[in-house]
Amino acid sequence: MIFLSNLVNGISLGSIYAVIALGYTMVYGIAKMLNFAHGDVIMVGAYVAFCAMQYWGLPPAAALLIAMAVCTVLGITIESLAYRPLRQAASLAVLITAIGMSYLLQNLALLIWGANPKSFPSSMIVLPTLSLFGGGLTISGVTLVAILANLLIMLVLTTFINRTKMGKAMRCVSEDRGAAELMGINVNRTISATFAIGSALAAIAGVLLCSAYPVLMPTTGSMPGIKAFTAAVFGGIGSIPGAMIGGILLGVIEILGKAYISTELGDAIVFAVLIIVLLFRPTGLLGRQVREKV
Amino acid sequence: MKKIVALVLALAMSLSMLALAGAEDAITLKIAHIGPETGAAAVYGMATSRGAQIAADEINAAGGKYRVEIIDEDDTHDAEVAVNAYNDAMDKGAQMIVGTTTTTPCIAVGALAYEERVFMLTPSASSTAVTADKDNVYQVCFTDPAQGAASAEYIAEHQLATKVAVIYNNADAYSTGIYQTFVEKAPEVGLEVVSTTTFTDDTTDYTVQVNDAMNKGAELVFLPIYYTPASQILIKANEIGYKPMFFGVDGMDGILTIEGFDTSLAEGVLLLTPFSADAQDEKTVKFVSTYQELYNEVPNQFAADAYDGVYALVAAAEIAEVQEGEAAEAICDRIIAAMQQLEITGVTGTMTWSASGEVTKTPTAVIIENGAYVGFSK
Repeated sequence: MIFLSNLVNGISLGSIYAVIALGYTMVYGIAKMLNFAHGDVIMVGAYVAFCAMQYWGLPPAAALLIAMAVCTVLGITIESLAYRPLRQAASLAVLITAIGMSYLLQNLALLIWGANPKSFPSSMIVLPTLSLFGGGLTISGVTLVAILANLLIMLVLTTFINRTKMGKAMRCVSEDRGAAELMGINVNRTISATFAIGSALAAIAGVLLCSAYPVLMPTTGSMPGIKAFTAAVFGGIGSIPGAMIGGILLGVIEILGKAYISTELGDAIVFAVLIIVLLFRPTGLLGRQVREKV
Repeated sequence: MKKIVALVLALAMSLSMLALAGAEDAITLKIAHIGPETGAAAVYGMATSRGAQIAADEINAAGGKYRVEIIDEDDTHDAEVAVNAYNDAMDKGAQMIVGTTTTTPCIAVGALAYEERVFMLTPSASSTAVTADKDNVYQVCFTDPAQGAASAEYIAEHQLATKVAVIYNNADAYSTGIYQTFVEKAPEVGLEVVSTTTFTDDTTDYTVQVNDAMNKGAELVFLPIYYTPASQILIKANEIGYKPMFFGVDGMDGILTIEGFDTSLAEGVLLLTPFSADAQDEKTVKFVSTYQELYNEVPNQFAADAYDGVYALVAAAEIAEVQEGEAAEAICDRIIAAMQQLEITGVTGTMTWSASGEVTKTPTAVIIENGAYVGFSK
């Protein structure tokens, strides 16, 4: 029973990682860049939702929509101001810019909302806690919502990318940016759209993260962001189902490692597993092996 | 009309002369306060400065054997500036120091004061490094590790629990230090530590830690940590329906100030703290109301420690029979001897000092009831 309860806790943590990882993998898969500011967009989303509920007294659904709208605008702004001018630059330059953007967002949040932690209201998630086996096993409402949200986002994203015109453009840009441009695809607009979707996902992830672990600080997004990035790499970066599987596996490994090996080594175990997986499968669990043609 | 004015003026003059005469009888003690009054740590230095000044004003108003003159110096929480501040204070004739407020400057100034034989009583520098190998530096606050042993004793003495879980931050020296002295003390006083789990500053999920404490049947969870992770632990425990007693130390102070935190979850949380602004004893009520009147805010522990520090220095001066205008090095050894005899009750409890300069005071606990701290008794 204790094992089962640990497993459920792992899945619950993992499902949060998975939602964040979906945003990472989406942007990476299409724009071929690591948006390290993703974790901080999550934090902004959570703060906006917090303000909407706590200060303006809006209902949770409206708060989520506002957070998504703000994050979408923020994502597009970041992309056009910081990343677009570097489209032709080396990928290292873009990576460093992303890290800079991450610190910029954290410090702006520090200016706006201050360093004092805020506790996220629990009223965001309406599903009640599921109690099984006479209370021996509890699954919180947030976990159920997170898993459902994951499946839904995965389904919508896959359909969007495979079935719509914009999705087709995204796949083209992902495959060969130069050729896509020659074929008359507006690369800038496509990448902007990718960031818009990724950032809206970040808002959802932020609300889920803070509903499950309700402390909100300017650095709230950074560690989950890094873990989720790990999850995305673990599952095969660029692959949407890979992000979900990677996220959930990472959460389960983290919790089981802490519960059965040592709480002190929890994070070390997670990253050790990542290294081992990458040694045997360099592209991650579900990553595609793309052969370079000469 | 003129006559009346003249009479009043004459009366006022003679009264003020009387007051002056009274003051001249008292021996003036020049006490330097050194602390960060500007910069990032200003909140602490301002608190100790104000606390010390309130104590000095009270002592002067009461008109006892000594009159206290505070020489206020700003060290900006910088070791070099602190040494300059110390030199400046000594040039102005300081006989003792209530300071410095923060640890790093305190170590620097302490080394110099040790050489030059100047007695220092720091209100709030809580590291053991502050007093190590120096016979002239004393502390008003508990040392960080002392809180662990004091907590174990408190829990055992008040029979709060026998099976205890500890959750601490193993990436933080403060938390680890308290944890170590707690587990050393626990078996001595008959506490069984059934679960020990850790986390770091980057931890998001506390389910494993809370579950472990619950599954091993801990009746009390000791949290030698700051209030932000503590709030997460309280939320998690509530989610899984685990209701042990939670026991924190001074880092827990602040749990009620987290915006949006459901403070009802903190109901019944105990914390070991030497000072609680809500305590109802006469001394505390007087200190808190004076502080609020003057500075329009509730005094924190730092202010209380400095307030007690000035009272302790004056009491020690009395035992050491310090005379008008005696130099700092002349009185240092006598003050050291006096400090070890001294027993004084202030707003942070009843204090005695060991030869190492560490304070012993009865740890008191406050419990959170209806969203406020109240004194705990059982």
